[in-house]
Amino acid sequence: MTKPFGFEKPVGMRDTLPELYESKGRLRDQIEGKMKQWGYRFVETPALEYYDTVGTATSIGERKLFKLLDQEGKTLVLRPDMTAPIARMVASGLKKKTFPLRLAYDASVFRAQQREGGHPAEFEQVGVELIGEHSIHADAEVIALLARILNGTGLQNFQVAVGHIGFVTELFNEILDEEEAEALRRLLHDKNYVGFRRFVEDEELSKAARSRLLALLDLRGGREKIEEAAGLIEDQKGKQMLAELIMLFEILDDYGVSSHIKVDFTLVSHMSYYTGIVFEGFNGKIGFPLASGGRYDELLGKFNREAPATGFAVFFDRLLEAIGPLDDEEDSCCIVYSDQWRKEAFDLAREKRADGVSVVLQALTGLKHVDQFTDSFQEVIYYTDKETLS
Amino acid sequence: MIDGLTIAMPKGRIFHEAVELLRNAGYLLPPEFEESRKLIIDIEEAKLRFILAKPMDVPTYVEHGVADIGIAGKDVMLEEERDVYEILDLKISECRLAVAGIPGAKIQGVAPKVASKYPNVAANYFREQGEQVEIIKLNGSIELAPLVGLADRIVDIVSTGRTLKENGLAELEQIATVTSRLIANPVSYRTKDELIDGMAERLAKVIEEA
Repeated sequence: MTKPFGFEKPVGMRDTLPELYESKGRLRDQIEGKMKQWGYRFVETPALEYYDTVGTATSIGERKLFKLLDQEGKTLVLRPDMTAPIARMVASGLKKKTFPLRLAYDASVFRAQQREGGHPAEFEQVGVELIGEHSIHADAEVIALLARILNGTGLQNFQVAVGHIGFVTELFNEILDEEEAEALRRLLHDKNYVGFRRFVEDEELSKAARSRLLALLDLRGGREKIEEAAGLIEDQKGKQMLAELIMLFEILDDYGVSSHIKVDFTLVSHMSYYTGIVFEGFNGKIGFPLASGGRYDELLGKFNREAPATGFAVFFDRLLEAIGPLDDEEDSCCIVYSDQWRKEAFDLAREKRADGVSVVLQALTGLKHVDQFTDSFQEVIYYTDKETLS
Repeated sequence: MIDGLTIAMPKGRIFHEAVELLRNAGYLLPPEFEESRKLIIDIEEAKLRFILAKPMDVPTYVEHGVADIGIAGKDVMLEEERDVYEILDLKISECRLAVAGIPGAKIQGVAPKVASKYPNVAANYFREQGEQVEIIKLNGSIELAPLVGLADRIVDIVSTGRTLKENGLAELEQIATVTSRLIANPVSYRTKDELIDGMAERLAKVIEEA
């Protein structure tokens, strides 16, 4: 093993330089502001958690966890998502709080990258969790909030695709035995439609059953697809789920966001704790989802406080990339002073700062290249003697 | 080209068959398409942009979304395990992934060595067989490895088996059958669903007729 060079960072770790930091700050304020307006309250959880609690409750694969040992030899993980830590918190510190709870977070999560660059190993997620609300109104609320947030950023042509994992499970269970259903779910999950079709064709099934399974792959588009889905399922539970989806769209109409929403029954998230409605937000500009979320009614039970829940996380860096640089530059001012004008310079700086201008106070004696240094400021004020300047 | 489709094409063996398939599906690709040395070819009328990549890299371009769709062999999909949709079996460039070696040769007991251009596929296959092997990654002319004693066996794609035969090797086990697939980026698959579904339908029709 060669020793890393001084400039190197572990794979997938990134620095944030001032310009980017400022852009991020503006976008973060915007998103957090919206979440707060909708009554979500921000919380923080530790970066390190026990492997045996959060590490096993999360659905992020074992290989992607950063693990380390504490002094007693217990295995710790760097939190790979925020949903599991918040579930832990709701079942412990917030145990006495009445449901429904509306919580929000803005935190870095950590997922190890084995393969290559291009995917960060530490990245910021801003998200909400609506916990203790089973009804479709809760699903609609978080989807509407996501749509409002994306809309508020000025993002062009964004879409939120909504699917239902429960429906897919019902459909498979109605036609296939447990083992077959699991195999087919895996193919759907792996996005292997060639394998999916081959599996369905090779199984001993009636023609009708076969075409019902294959039809699932075409169930994406407008809300008319919900009715098409209704033709595929006989079971009451499945029908009930579709009725809920129709209701969801009606609620989203009233929120005024349904023009951004699409139906997509092929959407099965990589997060295995999802149980019902799932959704992803994206625009055409970058090839990865900008946000994802869904209903997870069984996760809280793992921390001994059974409760239905739903929520989403915005992949902050991807959203920033999709929006492009935010170039509303703030006023910047530099006051260069020499010793005899020091007090005057400080007074002026105080005045300007009170007006909200960011002011750099720079002693002339500390500067080697005056012009190069002052170039990057919109306004430069000299409190110096002519002699010292020349 | 934000309105059209960007297609990652594999250079080499699959390229000609893929181009023929696209032409049969009614896409008017200019005659000089195959001779060009350009890496990016735009076809304005059809709103298509082709990017020409190494076959092994096609799923990478598609996963990162710089290409909406691509054509990649199943061998490459198995090796790379990228997060992309495999939407259609194009049934071209048929071959198989297989284990080959010198017939009857004794395999070293301690640490049998397997040379391959597909280290993941090879490792997964032997793990599933309950056999521990050491994988040696090579980039081509894999057949050489057992002949000069670099490895006991190889994992490679075999189409006619002629290269193996001419070098005194035999196919020992078959791992998977391979054809080329139409693959899609997960976001493009949803934001450009009509374009991609349209192309998949046209291609499916040609494949069925063939």
